[in-house]
Amino acid sequence: MPTKNVNIDVHHVTRVEGHGNIVVNVTDGTVEKCEWRVPEAPRFFEAMVRGRHYSEVARITSRICGICSVGHTLASIKATEEALGITISKQTDLLRRILKHAENFDSHVLHVYFLVAPDLLGAPSVFPLAATHTEVVKRALRMKRLGHEWASTIGGRSTHPNKAVPGGFTNLPDNANNPREAAKALETLKQKILDMVPDAVETFKLLGDLAPNIPTFERPTEYIGLVDDVEYGLYDGKIGCLLPDGTKEIVEIDDYRSVTNEYMTPLSTAKYAKHKMESYMTGALARININYDALHPEAKKIAEGLGFSAPCLNPYFNSIAQFIECINSAYMSVGYIDELLEIGIKDEPLAKPTKFGKGSGATEVPRGILFHEYEYDKDGFCTMGNCIIPTNQNHANIQHDFDKLLPELLEAGKSEKEIELALEMLVRAYDPCISCSTHYLDVKFTK
Amino acid sequence: MAKVKVAWFDFCCCEGCQIEMTNFGEPFLKLLELVEPVEFREAMSEKTTERINVSFIEGSFSREEDRVRLEEIRERSDVVVAYGACAVTGGINALKNHFEMDDYKEAVYGADKDMPHLDTQDAKPVSAAIKVDYAIPGCPIDKDEFLRVVTQLVHGTSKVYVPTYPVCLECKLRETVCRYDDGDHCMGQVALAGCGAPCPADGIPCEACRGFVENPNEKALEQVLQERGGLSAAWAKKKSQMFTANLRGDA
Repeated sequence: MPTKNVNIDVHHVTRVEGHGNIVVNVTDGTVEKCEWRVPEAPRFFEAMVRGRHYSEVARITSRICGICSVGHTLASIKATEEALGITISKQTDLLRRILKHAENFDSHVLHVYFLVAPDLLGAPSVFPLAATHTEVVKRALRMKRLGHEWASTIGGRSTHPNKAVPGGFTNLPDNANNPREAAKALETLKQKILDMVPDAVETFKLLGDLAPNIPTFERPTEYIGLVDDVEYGLYDGKIGCLLPDGTKEIVEIDDYRSVTNEYMTPLSTAKYAKHKMESYMTGALARININYDALHPEAKKIAEGLGFSAPCLNPYFNSIAQFIECINSAYMSVGYIDELLEIGIKDEPLAKPTKFGKGSGATEVPRGILFHEYEYDKDGFCTMGNCIIPTNQNHANIQHDFDKLLPELLEAGKSEKEIELALEMLVRAYDPCISCSTHYLDVKFTK
Repeated sequence: MAKVKVAWFDFCCCEGCQIEMTNFGEPFLKLLELVEPVEFREAMSEKTTERINVSFIEGSFSREEDRVRLEEIRERSDVVVAYGACAVTGGINALKNHFEMDDYKEAVYGADKDMPHLDTQDAKPVSAAIKVDYAIPGCPIDKDEFLRVVTQLVHGTSKVYVPTYPVCLECKLRETVCRYDDGDHCMGQVALAGCGAPCPADGIPCEACRGFVENPNEKALEQVLQERGGLSAAWAKKKSQMFTANLRGDA
């Protein structure tokens, strides 16, 4: 029997970063309202960077998001370097790639274990699991700690990293006194990452056991993510756009506005984005659908073991894609450390600006593609800033998923509670990072 | 000993200070032997109707409509701790307080700037809305300081200890070369310590993310930034607003 009447009002979805609401009204089988809303307070970062020296801008925009702060720092630095004609060294490039992988691992562990796993294990949060699934929680804490140490070794801190600046790094890894000690610190980091393998294997088993609990739902959409010549698109590259028929378009970073096409809608408090279709998805699932072939062989093994095949059209599988990326990030970082040790760590000065103008930069944060753009005056002070974050780019896609999913759940005769959980789990699957509040509008809805 | 019931609430911020707590590794379970999280939207679906012993509030008070939520939290809690720079001083959010609202709305939203729902007030500390008992400053917080404060609260110390001396002292203690001697600038001379001065050791200037010491000499700060740091007068002034926009005399 199809479900006829549903009334859901989730005010501030829990276990997501930032504030979002779900409102659903169904009367006599007619969907009157089915909305994903975002009431986050606007923070005006792009206005606040104006008049700031180029050395300060990334430290301000890093504060857009506490979970993606490495990504915001790197996207900001890359945009600034583009604007200022700064060319970085091979060593800086490799260290930044390791730092980016660290954030990806760190954030994905947090999401998969602390935010999503409770749903799949039937608990309201990770805290009761400490008693019922102690080993799972211990493992989660160990892996999260590794992500923190990994990023801190390179960036100084995992939240708002302070050593990555325009032109390079202000200090050697682990603040070593000399390159020899820095090399030793990198060796130690490499070993810590390799020591994580048993925990990763256990996570793999856990996800394999829980995979049947992941809801089945598919909706073809456009996937957008970085495509890099060097590796799986994460730190660097061009914008890759994958359509359901398999056609792939590559767009230059400077033309990012032609991809994001931000627009206002009365249905949402955030600016929406659209490219070729009515909405697009960005994030781990989008990246893996676009870049599957570029995954490290060990990550591909994990994907195959979990029965994952690209392209995957089920957004709930974003969490699985995140774990596959964790393995990719671990093995890629080990490889980069080996490469750094082989070329030899040097104590390098920061590369200097050669001009002052306009530039854009992009990197992948855990939740998807992130764009920063700045313009600087002749003295190096910022005159314009623009940041487009992935969560905003995903909002329209979440709404379109809702629009397809709700009738399916009603048809299947799901209860109000089951529908509420399914919608919440869908939002969580996207791993939204709503406090990244650039371009949010604070609209009051009248019922 | 009964566990202390703790809760976390977030307002206008990046939520990075909450994330810091997940970085302890396995020892975090030791903390859970002393405290029981009863409400924590970012990590928990559970909510509580019971009395909360200690509430940690993250984020700035930047919209009048948030006042009611803050008052409710105060009402439900024995102790309220402002958690992180945004809650303690207004943090980075307060940078906008030095711009005209019309100006920053236009910079971000262009032609849509006059939509009425875009109005926000100045970003203020939580203490501008409700009584705050203790503060854990920093952007982000230092997780060891958080542990220290929690330990003191759990064991009922009469006074929670927070340093009152400037960051310069901590640089000297860890023998960090002064940023000024390295051809850079710094605000450590008036910045509130307690973080252990990681930034100068990492090769970047202290920007006083924890706020100022009591009675900072702002004029001398701007002067030193210009004379020894080589900053222009305008830059020196802006620099002293970075995380401390609400703390200057002209705020």
